[in-house]
Amino acid sequence: MELRINQKAYQVEVDADTPLLWVIRDDLGMTGTKYGCGLAQCGACSVLVDGNVVRACVTPVAAVAGREITTIEAIEADDVGKRVVAAWVEHQVAQCGYCQSGQVMAATALLKHTPAPTTAQIDAAMVNLCRCGTYNAIHTAMDDLAKQERA
Amino acid sequence: MNTPLSLPELPLGDPVNLSRRRFLASTAVGALVIGFGLPLGSARVQAATANAAERGTQVPAFLEIRPDGSVRLLSPFMEGGQGTHTAMAQIVGEELDADPATFVVEAAPPGEAYVVMENGIRITGGSMSVRMSYPTMRRLGALARAMLLQAGAEQLGVPLAELTTQPGRVVHAASGRSLGYGELAGRALDLPVPDPASITLRDPSQFRWIGKPVKRLDAYDKSTGKALYTIDLKVDDMLHAAVQHAPRLGMTVGSLRNQAQVEAMKGVHSVHTLPGAVAVVAERWWHAKRAVEAIQVDWLEAAADSKLRAMPADFSTDKHREFLAAQQGPARDDEHEGDVAGALKNAKTRVEATYHNQYLNHAQLEPPSALARFNPDGSLEVWLPNQAPDMFRADIAKRTGLDPARITLHSPLLGGFFGRHFLYESANPYPQAIALAKAVGRPIKLIWSREEEFLRDVLRPLAVVKFRAALDDKGLPVAIEAVSATEGPTEALAGKQGDKIDPTALEGLTGKSYAIPNKRIAQIYVKGPAMLGYWRSVGNSLNDFFYEAFLDELADKGGHDPYELRLHLLRDNPRLTTLLKAAAELSGGWRRGPYTAEDGSRRARGVAMASPFGSHAAVVAEVSIEHGQVKVHHIWEAIDPGSIVNPAIVQAQVAGAVALGLSQTLLEEAVYVDGKPRARNYDLYPILPPSRMAQVHVKIIESGEKMGGIGEPPLPAVAPAVANAVAQLTGQRIRSLPLSRYTFS
Repeated sequence: MELRINQKAYQVEVDADTPLLWVIRDDLGMTGTKYGCGLAQCGACSVLVDGNVVRACVTPVAAVAGREITTIEAIEADDVGKRVVAAWVEHQVAQCGYCQSGQVMAATALLKHTPAPTTAQIDAAMVNLCRCGTYNAIHTAMDDLAKQERA
Repeated sequence: MNTPLSLPELPLGDPVNLSRRRFLASTAVGALVIGFGLPLGSARVQAATANAAERGTQVPAFLEIRPDGSVRLLSPFMEGGQGTHTAMAQIVGEELDADPATFVVEAAPPGEAYVVMENGIRITGGSMSVRMSYPTMRRLGALARAMLLQAGAEQLGVPLAELTTQPGRVVHAASGRSLGYGELAGRALDLPVPDPASITLRDPSQFRWIGKPVKRLDAYDKSTGKALYTIDLKVDDMLHAAVQHAPRLGMTVGSLRNQAQVEAMKGVHSVHTLPGAVAVVAERWWHAKRAVEAIQVDWLEAAADSKLRAMPADFSTDKHREFLAAQQGPARDDEHEGDVAGALKNAKTRVEATYHNQYLNHAQLEPPSALARFNPDGSLEVWLPNQAPDMFRADIAKRTGLDPARITLHSPLLGGFFGRHFLYESANPYPQAIALAKAVGRPIKLIWSREEEFLRDVLRPLAVVKFRAALDDKGLPVAIEAVSATEGPTEALAGKQGDKIDPTALEGLTGKSYAIPNKRIAQIYVKGPAMLGYWRSVGNSLNDFFYEAFLDELADKGGHDPYELRLHLLRDNPRLTTLLKAAAELSGGWRRGPYTAEDGSRRARGVAMASPFGSHAAVVAEVSIEHGQVKVHHIWEAIDPGSIVNPAIVQAQVAGAVALGLSQTLLEEAVYVDGKPRARNYDLYPILPPSRMAQVHVKIIESGEKMGGIGEPPLPAVAPAVANAVAQLTGQRIRSLPLSRYTFS
């Protein structure tokens, strides 16, 4: 089947029900998208499908064939994603970093739909888990991004 | 953790081979090292060996300076989010005179050269990395700078005394000439390492990077998916593996009912039986996982002589807690001052209470994995998450019979650790990965699914503590006694050491600074059925909760405000008095409540202190009740680690420790029923989500006292501060964790 990932077409020989996560990681060798739980609980595997955030660990690959998938590897090719990364570095969000690919993808998806989110909108959208406890820093980075948009 | 791993064997004695080949072999997977430096002429080896008695003086083992002037530093410590690689670049860079931003830091291989901590061991844990290696790592940078200056003098043909440095360059001011470190590295690193006694360190008033909020070196890579963890690695010809563990530790594989069908599943290379597990090797991990979960195994009960701590079929955490509560002794004293029995007998008021906590999982986001490859010459390479490379290599040598020199151990970034990656006999995937690589003759990357991880993770210990205290006629405590029925993590791992108390069992009940003249802290050692391990802040994570919550009970009983009582009990301790007042001031002044906040919610505040890992912390928490659950609005934390290297990283560590502290306070609990964990994933083992996080406010106090730790010390005071606030708000005493077990209205 053909997948469109980061604006490139890939032919993959996989079963229809293989989770997108493992196709991205093992078949295509892009390891920025992380495995955390396999149950859509933690969000470490967040990717964008047609601009919406999706948890790749429970998304059958057949369901996204022909759609535009964006992974963390191409995040800086996106104007919004590039700003998110810059804010994440500026506010020194990452600790161990393992969940941050997913956090950056979730942030990018939110800002694409809602360029200047309110605190409540940030709270509703930024629900990925972080065991290092970077939640305050994530919120600060998001507030800053929202403020940039308003200014 | 006072004595972090007083395990019987600390195999640190293997000589490090400082050959250039050896060094390069230690670089990251597939990295093409084009840099110059660390070559290993014999002069260099001799120089390094000559100084072997002095820790951290083998400069060429640590540093590579590339032609472009960038500095590659091999760190004795693992980076798992705590920022130690950035701190090491700051410390070494300060004395080397090289901007930390020009550093690339990786974990060093095993070897005596990298044992730089003053306690003579090498682990990344116990919040020890910076505080135990600070002078040594500064000296390392200074030694390297001296070598560069010497090389500069030779290359420029000028007297050494005429040379100075500026960041990354040796400068001859008289002639206006200068040379970049990259141009001098080849010559410099072939020079003998100078006598450490001849080195003068920079005056702290002149620091450019130490003490400053230098940006983390890994921030960009970790924000763009470029950072590589063990789970991400691959080597040529590699196969993937997944396991299904025995439902209870100690059980062994009897027979596989459907092996042929599983072998015929898509992508399956082979099916294997391992100690306490079955494994599937496949071309893709997803295939391996699906196939291994399809295996129907007849498991056998643990043999009577099993070396593992066999999990009984009737083990339940609730029943075990009741069992601990019923223990009457014998108890062994760890601290005993004054006449506790007499004070209790003559007390105007006596207070008694029983507290307990819960088992916890580490639940770090990166599931454990290991990559093992046997090379054609029979040597072995292993990539694995670890907090103690020498111990892991020694263990691999023991298991495989290979000479340690033929084992290359790589330590990639850790996707969180919190104590998870110590040497736990039954809780690491590398023995399985090595066995499978040997069996199939190809490299194997084994990943434990989240479910298999929850089944084998070691637990933070459980304790039931019985307190008794005496108040005088002014309502002030004059005696306190705590008897804890528990097993500490170190004695669980290494076995009970005769009559010795495991300090990690009682720390946090012991080591308190309050002026209470009569005190007794004792342990009833109760070996339990669950395998235990270290969890961020170790014994303090439970014991400071017990003590500080009970102290609030004493304040209430004696008619004293808990903040004022603490100040009174610390009246002869200026350092802790300053700290406690700083936390109160940070919160806008001590205000216990309850009161009505601007949003109309009823709120109250609690206070608590802790002194773990050489640092001191004071926390004020503000809570309300929302939909029957505790909502923590703010945590104000003042921390005094003596002195610090990076205030921004310290702030982040406090925020992170608060999050983990809130998580154990509000909702985490590892529950076993019928010998099995109820939770095998985050659905039934909730960890703190963003919606339950508090706003964290941090005040760092540099008292100038001996440097303490940072990764763990901010955690222990969180639980009691929250519990004390909840008690004040609701009138309901909190004597156990987590709070999700309580109903509030």
